[in-house]
Amino acid sequence: MTKPIIELQNLSRYFGSVVALQGINIQIMPGQVHCLLGDNGAGKSTLIKTLAGVHRPSSGHLLIDGQATVLRSPKQALDLGIATVYQDLALVPLMSITRNFFLGREITKGWGPFAYFDLKTADHIALKGLADMGIQVRDPSQTVATLSGGEKQCLAIARAIYFGAKVLILDEPTAALGVKQSAKVLKVIATAKQRGLAVIFITHNIHHAYPVADQFTLLKRGRTLGSFAKSSVSREQVLEMMSGGSELAELEQELAEFSYNDAHTTQQDQAQL
Amino acid sequence: MPITNSSVNNTVQPLYDERIRAQSVLQKLLLRPDFGALAGVILVFAIFAMLANDSGMFAADGILNWTTVSAQLAVLAIGACLLMIAGEFDLSIGSMIGFAGMVIAIPALYWGWPVWASIFLAFITSLALGALIGYTVVRTGLPSFIVSLAFLFILRGLTIALSILFTNKTIVSGVSEVAQDDWLAPLFGGEFGSDFFIWLSKHDLLATYADGSPLVSGIPMIVLWCLLLAAFATWILLYSPYGNWIFATGGDEKAAKNVGVPTAKVKILLFMFTAFCATLYASCQVLEYGSAAADRGVLKEFEAIIAVVIGGTLLTGGYGSVLGALCGALIFGVVQIGLFFSGINSDWFRVFLGSMLLAAVLFNNFIRQRISQHS
Ligand SMILES: Nc1ncnc2c1ncn2[C@@H]1O[C@H](COP(=O)(O)OP(=O)(O)O)[C@@H](O)[C@H]1O
Ligand SMILES: [Mg+2]
Repeated sequence: MTKPIIELQNLSRYFGSVVALQGINIQIMPGQVHCLLGDNGAGKSTLIKTLAGVHRPSSGHLLIDGQATVLRSPKQALDLGIATVYQDLALVPLMSITRNFFLGREITKGWGPFAYFDLKTADHIALKGLADMGIQVRDPSQTVATLSGGEKQCLAIARAIYFGAKVLILDEPTAALGVKQSAKVLKVIATAKQRGLAVIFITHNIHHAYPVADQFTLLKRGRTLGSFAKSSVSREQVLEMMSGGSELAELEQELAEFSYNDAHTTQQDQAQL
Repeated sequence: MPITNSSVNNTVQPLYDERIRAQSVLQKLLLRPDFGALAGVILVFAIFAMLANDSGMFAADGILNWTTVSAQLAVLAIGACLLMIAGEFDLSIGSMIGFAGMVIAIPALYWGWPVWASIFLAFITSLALGALIGYTVVRTGLPSFIVSLAFLFILRGLTIALSILFTNKTIVSGVSEVAQDDWLAPLFGGEFGSDFFIWLSKHDLLATYADGSPLVSGIPMIVLWCLLLAAFATWILLYSPYGNWIFATGGDEKAAKNVGVPTAKVKILLFMFTAFCATLYASCQVLEYGSAAADRGVLKEFEAIIAVVIGGTLLTGGYGSVLGALCGALIFGVVQIGLFFSGINSDWFRVFLGSMLLAAVLFNNFIRQRISQHS
């Protein structure tokens, strides 16, 4: 069995008297998509910010490649290959796809003060990076503002992958997207997984999580309800755990909605091919 | 690349999407930030070619006249352009012109400094002031509009007060005499191309005065500086990594910071650059005309901003062009001199300016919508 690339051991995080995370144990494997599910306020963002080097754990351990590590800054996390794609994406709308792709990490050609931004090569790399993720872009010099929401997400993900991410953390990448756009992002997640990256996918939409996930971890009020392999749980079981089992009526309604959505998605996927 | 067979599409993955619609040359031009200004330049030349053709505006000395006026403004506009793309304004450059002029003139005339030393002092002082303005802006997070407005008054007041303190005057002249044998002064107050004009006149290609000297003796150095500065700024903006940072700083500062762009450094350096441009303007003015005055440069900050906006740079930052700013300054110079040559009352100049500014802003908004259209 392969070793986990990230492991959390009994990790807790408090904000003053607020218990944001309590005794979390999670293993993140390379080449797998790990879905973090949970309601608002469950602690999902706190958890990924701890992995991204924004917060330090109050107690417990964070192991990266088997080594107990204390992340002191987001930059340190990035250098270790842990890249976070936040909801606001860090893209500049009026700049071109290529310029955004290389923003802050421009590739240069030439010597010393005469080194120039090698836009030609950059165009090719950006296009290829996106094409590898299954995103065909019309023209790399078009502004990011002209891209759809899904394409923007994919650009941010492709950028993280190109710059050497080993662990990709996605904070609700499909939250603001329609069905078709979400499908695009889910495909990119699947591609990243195929390339051997560990993906941590935060969402509270089980319909988005289930098709791409290998593992589920459910968070509730700062604690885990456990991690489950996809093979061991059905979609309905996950849903039931999420809603706590008590709100059955609501659940049933959601299920009905879901089966409709599901049929719809498959149809659209087929239409796209 | 017409692909009709879908199996071909699957095997040969084209790097460029076949969905690129062939854009006409005009459509491509329309997406350039400086398109409006380029069109404006052509329009303005066409108008004055009709209005003032027989007035000497397009004779050698006329051309030199509006070229110089445009180049002076362009030097300021280039600095203002980069700063505006980074999302900030510098309203202090007009006052900086007066201040730097006095810093050159007073030590040279009253303290016995060599002219080159006082030129250095002016540049060092201005760069420090620019850094101070920039630092204040990034540290306080206040709008640069307010911070630089404060410096507009501080610097102007300081210039007048210090001139009176040291010289008892607000206009000091006689710089030309002390600058005569200086090694640095000709770089700002001199002319270039004199030999070329003499050659032209010898071959009857250029009119001469009665004594045989050519009608135009040379091109003021500010024109050369303007071209050098434009080339430098264009290179920085479009072809160096720093240009990427400038666009990003003005386009979305938070996003830029998130990916590691040192936005504070970018802004401070650009405030220093506008101060540099103002000092360059002042140096050329003082050394060419031989005098400095405490009220030099009044309203120049607005003229520069107008030229930049006419040039297609967005007031909100993140988008713009140095070539556009150059065109904006050229439109400015040609209209100003053109009205004079065609005998139209110069009061109309301001009416024209205001209308031009309004038209430019509306046009820029339209372009901004076009480039961010989700297609
Ligand atoms: N910086 C902070 N200071 C204080 N409390 C915080 C902070 N960040 C998160 N919390 C609290 O921790 C809990 C978990 O929040 P969060 O991780 O954002 O949840 P989620 O992303 O799952 O919606 C919430 O009760 C929230 O109020
Ligand atoms: Mg959250």
